[in-house]
Amino acid sequence: MSIDSVFVHKMWVDDELSKMVKGGVPFPMLSDAGGKVGQVFGVYDEDAGVETRGRFIIDPEGIVQGFEVLTPPVGRNVQESLRQIQAFQHVRNTKGAEATPSGWQPGKVTLKPGPDLVGKVWEVWKTEMAFD
Amino acid sequence: MAEEMELGCARPTGGPVGEPVEQNEPEKQKQAKEVSSMIKVGKKAPDFAAPAYYQGKFVSVKLSEYLGKWVVLCFYPGDFTFV
Repeated sequence: MSIDSVFVHKMWVDDELSKMVKGGVPFPMLSDAGGKVGQVFGVYDEDAGVETRGRFIIDPEGIVQGFEVLTPPVGRNVQESLRQIQAFQHVRNTKGAEATPSGWQPGKVTLKPGPDLVGKVWEVWKTEMAFD
Repeated sequence: MAEEMELGCARPTGGPVGEPVEQNEPEKQKQAKEVSSMIKVGKKAPDFAAPAYYQGKFVSVKLSEYLGKWVVLCFYPGDFTFV
């Protein structure tokens, strides 16, 4: 979503992005002329008249599970967004019985919060695991 | 004379120049502004509808139509802005 019109989106997708992504962009390119939606999400920069790099992860109930906002010159890390979604999905699938520690990836050790784990995280999770 | 602009990653914009125009913003408006951005994790995302370009067509997209699915909503400064 940006403040550009759908016509500009069309030109960008058809003329440039389709050369980067085979078949063009696989998701809707949303137009927010005037930045009204961006304002509600807190990412509209009124001085510059544009939206900053906000990324919101919204779950099947419509609940915001996470967000990240960057200034324009630095791009996002798509892998990290996918990792976070996988982590939120894992927590959801376990109905909250499991939590994913720092650096968690699918298949790696999770934590099962409860009385037995208090003060014992060091036994099941090592700092290096945050950097794997 | 028109000078060549340095390009950044935000869409270049202009604005009025010269003496700043005094703005008497009513108190009410100020308050409304403060309440407007209240996104919190664990809370419902505000619903919206927006025009969109999708697979060769112009469509209307509503966030609440995606209930039941995981959604990644991305904002960016503008088309053709490099990053």
